[in-house]
Amino acid sequence: MHIVDRRLNPRGKSLENRQRFLRRMKGAVQQAVKRSLQNRNIRDVLDGGEISLPIDGMAEPSLRRGDGGIRDHILPGNRAFVEGDILPRPPGSRGGKPKDAGEGDGEDGFRFVLTREEFLDVFLDDLELPDLAKRRLAETEEETPFRAGYSVSGSPANIAVGRTTRLAMMRRVALHRPRREEIEALQRQIEECEDDESRLALEAKLKSLTEKSRRIPYIDPLDVRYRRFENEPKPVAKAVMFCLMDVSGSMSEHMKDLAKRFYLLLYLFLSRRYKKVEIVFIRHTDRAEEVDEETFFYGPATGGTLVSSALAAMRAIIAARFDPAEWNIYGAQASDGDNAHSDGNLTGHLLQEILPLCQYFAYIEVGEEGGDSSISRSPLWLLYEGIRSDLLPLSMRKVCRRGEIFPVFHDLFQKRDAQSRVTP
Amino acid sequence: MTTTLRPKELRLFEGADWDFSTLQRIHDACEEIALGELGLDVYPNQIEVITSEQMLDAYSSTGMPLFYRHWSFGKHFAHHETFYRRGMRDLAYEIVINSSPCISYLMEENTATMQTLVIAHAAFGHNHFFKNNYLFKLWTDAEGILDYLDFAKGYISRCEERYGEVAVERTLDAAHALMSHGVHRYAGKNTLDLRQEEKRLQERRAHEEQMFNDLWRTVPVGKTKKAGDLGLEKRRAALGLPQDNILYFLEKSAPRLQPWQREILRIVRHVAQYFHPQRQTKVMNEGTATYVHYQIMNRLHASGQISDGNFLEFLKSHANVVFQPNYDDRRFSGFNPYALGFAMMQDIERIVTKPTEEDRAWFPDIAGRGDAMGVLRDIWANYRDESFISQFLSPNLIRQLRLFHLYDDPDQTEGVLVSAIHNERGYLRIRRQLSREYDIGWTDPAIDIVDVDLAGDRRLLLQHIVVNDCYLQEADMKLVLQHLADLWGYDVLLQEIDGSNVVAREHTASPRKIVQ
Repeated sequence: MHIVDRRLNPRGKSLENRQRFLRRMKGAVQQAVKRSLQNRNIRDVLDGGEISLPIDGMAEPSLRRGDGGIRDHILPGNRAFVEGDILPRPPGSRGGKPKDAGEGDGEDGFRFVLTREEFLDVFLDDLELPDLAKRRLAETEEETPFRAGYSVSGSPANIAVGRTTRLAMMRRVALHRPRREEIEALQRQIEECEDDESRLALEAKLKSLTEKSRRIPYIDPLDVRYRRFENEPKPVAKAVMFCLMDVSGSMSEHMKDLAKRFYLLLYLFLSRRYKKVEIVFIRHTDRAEEVDEETFFYGPATGGTLVSSALAAMRAIIAARFDPAEWNIYGAQASDGDNAHSDGNLTGHLLQEILPLCQYFAYIEVGEEGGDSSISRSPLWLLYEGIRSDLLPLSMRKVCRRGEIFPVFHDLFQKRDAQSRVTP
Repeated sequence: MTTTLRPKELRLFEGADWDFSTLQRIHDACEEIALGELGLDVYPNQIEVITSEQMLDAYSSTGMPLFYRHWSFGKHFAHHETFYRRGMRDLAYEIVINSSPCISYLMEENTATMQTLVIAHAAFGHNHFFKNNYLFKLWTDAEGILDYLDFAKGYISRCEERYGEVAVERTLDAAHALMSHGVHRYAGKNTLDLRQEEKRLQERRAHEEQMFNDLWRTVPVGKTKKAGDLGLEKRRAALGLPQDNILYFLEKSAPRLQPWQREILRIVRHVAQYFHPQRQTKVMNEGTATYVHYQIMNRLHASGQISDGNFLEFLKSHANVVFQPNYDDRRFSGFNPYALGFAMMQDIERIVTKPTEEDRAWFPDIAGRGDAMGVLRDIWANYRDESFISQFLSPNLIRQLRLFHLYDDPDQTEGVLVSAIHNERGYLRIRRQLSREYDIGWTDPAIDIVDVDLAGDRRLLLQHIVVNDCYLQEADMKLVLQHLADLWGYDVLLQEIDGSNVVAREHTASPRKIVQ
């Protein structure tokens, strides 16, 4: 008998099958992920977890009998029945097979637990930053190794076996190293040989051959070759995303929730998809401040509204830290659309100044729960609409319900051709 | 001075903890009883300790340690995992594989008592059954199966590289849908030798390479002979019709399949055939294993190798395993094969050792023979569920389980008829009916390929002989028929023929255009 301990075998043997399953169900999984997002707390929006998939599309059909027809059942535990009794059918059933209790699993839907990684992969599939054009080498260069021929030194893990044996063989052939079969044949000859004289000659020959084969090793350190790698610096695009959020008193809790959800998606998308994206968080009331992400998402603040303060802060930061010649600059602004009347002109000027520096600028207007997300008459919307032209990379959307966040986000950042822009 | 062993030194283990030397001791003690006292004959054992995740892995790929890749196994894994994580379902204590050496998986969480139970149950009970039952001997090749699955896995992944995952997946989906109708029900001349399979394929490829001559392409082709004149009978004989093994027919005769697709059908067919005996011997297989573990555990306890406390732990899980809820119980979901099988084995033991007058009348052959293990070993070797129940379900057990027979005719509007209960008039009818429920020739719909219109549009004609007005489940059948048409490459017609030999329903499917 053998006892084998399999516990330390590599895990995830079924991972491949799982991935195939997910790929097959891609559409349904995406739908389910979107649906599950709507009802989650903002802190665990993207924590993975259970989703429910519809079962069509992953049926494994077989030829089997359906309901109906004459049925016989043998059952245990008879108490009071005698032969010939007629038992009324339970209401609602028309005879036929009783539904087995064990078979009901997953009939209505298939519940499925996604890991956080899988969840995010599904979720961020086919999104990208538009127009990531300015490719410059970043200061900290990213390097990828690539194959560059062979070398005579290297680490044992990189031994090029094929090349090494080839060289060894060339050397053996060139130096006439006796082959093993040759020596064996000679040994056999000696064993069979009966004549003393010729035996001596043969033994001498064998001796010289074995010595020669010792002198010329099968594989010599000279033969060993290693795969050589060289590091190639990889151009990395530098990008910065400005998140401008209005936290003034006019924003209701619902609106803040929508805005934060939007930025959370944006933050996750950027931090997972792009290694080299800087994110600048700016929140503003009647004055703007740059904050860290913790404060941005969870810190309370309130006050009046001056949108120009945020734009001014953004302009100042660009001038101080992000040279537009090197950086791809993106902006995302969320607001309820209210702005002080006197601030309109200044905001317009600032935006017109900033937009040409940007690759893309998205404006999200959040509304009340019951609002209409197709039209907006807010001062900011009207102002931005006046500025928007085909030449400026400005996109605008209005969102009123949680369920609309993901579609709008997806719409703003989905992969598209270099030419086409998002239009409102 | 004489030394006597104190009970403590006799014990195989104390408490719940175990290590590998404990397992070895347990196995050796079980082996001594199984081979010596019970006279079992087993394949060499291989015991593998696994984690719960690995158990879930094994669950999802039909219990086999290696299997080709397919999305449906991922689905099953996810399904089991969800239930397991929520605590809605426990995992099995063990899985045992019909191979030589016989591999039993033990979960690491099991206590020492449970490991003893599992080793007795799987490594000796199931193992003996696999090695000796005629169905397994006839249809499975325990020595070859693991190598064959390795070959199948490699072959399918090579196909995926060469022809694309999508194409392979499509073929596998279709083959899986027809899997239930991909087995030979009757033995032919050639016995299965899975080890030859890989060699066969290599030889065929070598032959093709050897015979390849590009010149043949340029040879002008004359008019082909017309086959249309063949009579129906001749045509059917030439194609081996009627044929109930649909996968076999497609593998041999489908005109538009690539050679690799045929090989995939063959692999799926072999796998289906391998599991075919297990479907027919659920009650017997589990009954045997449960009976064996019960015997071994009792003897271990009697000789003091298991403490009273551990034996009580065993009795508790044993009682869970053989629990049979009544029909009106919320937990009822059909017969528990462990319960029914174990009860029948114990009943047979009683008939052989302490028969009543009734038993002598019903079972003259075995009643009072005295050698219970001899009789049981003979039964384990030569019966399957259907024949086992129809011959050995005793009136005593029918009374004990209080079985009754319901006859449910939808035309009877008043309700369901109780047509037999546990009395003189009912025993035979109940026994016949119960054995029929375990006859897969009766429970699976009987579908045959009956004709191919070779000269015309090559339409494949199948017939389902409808019994008791039970037609095929429509939604599933449509999907399967679609898969069948895709494999066949031309139209497919399925006729359902009712009791009066009239075509009651007809279904057709046409092959889908493949968009690459």
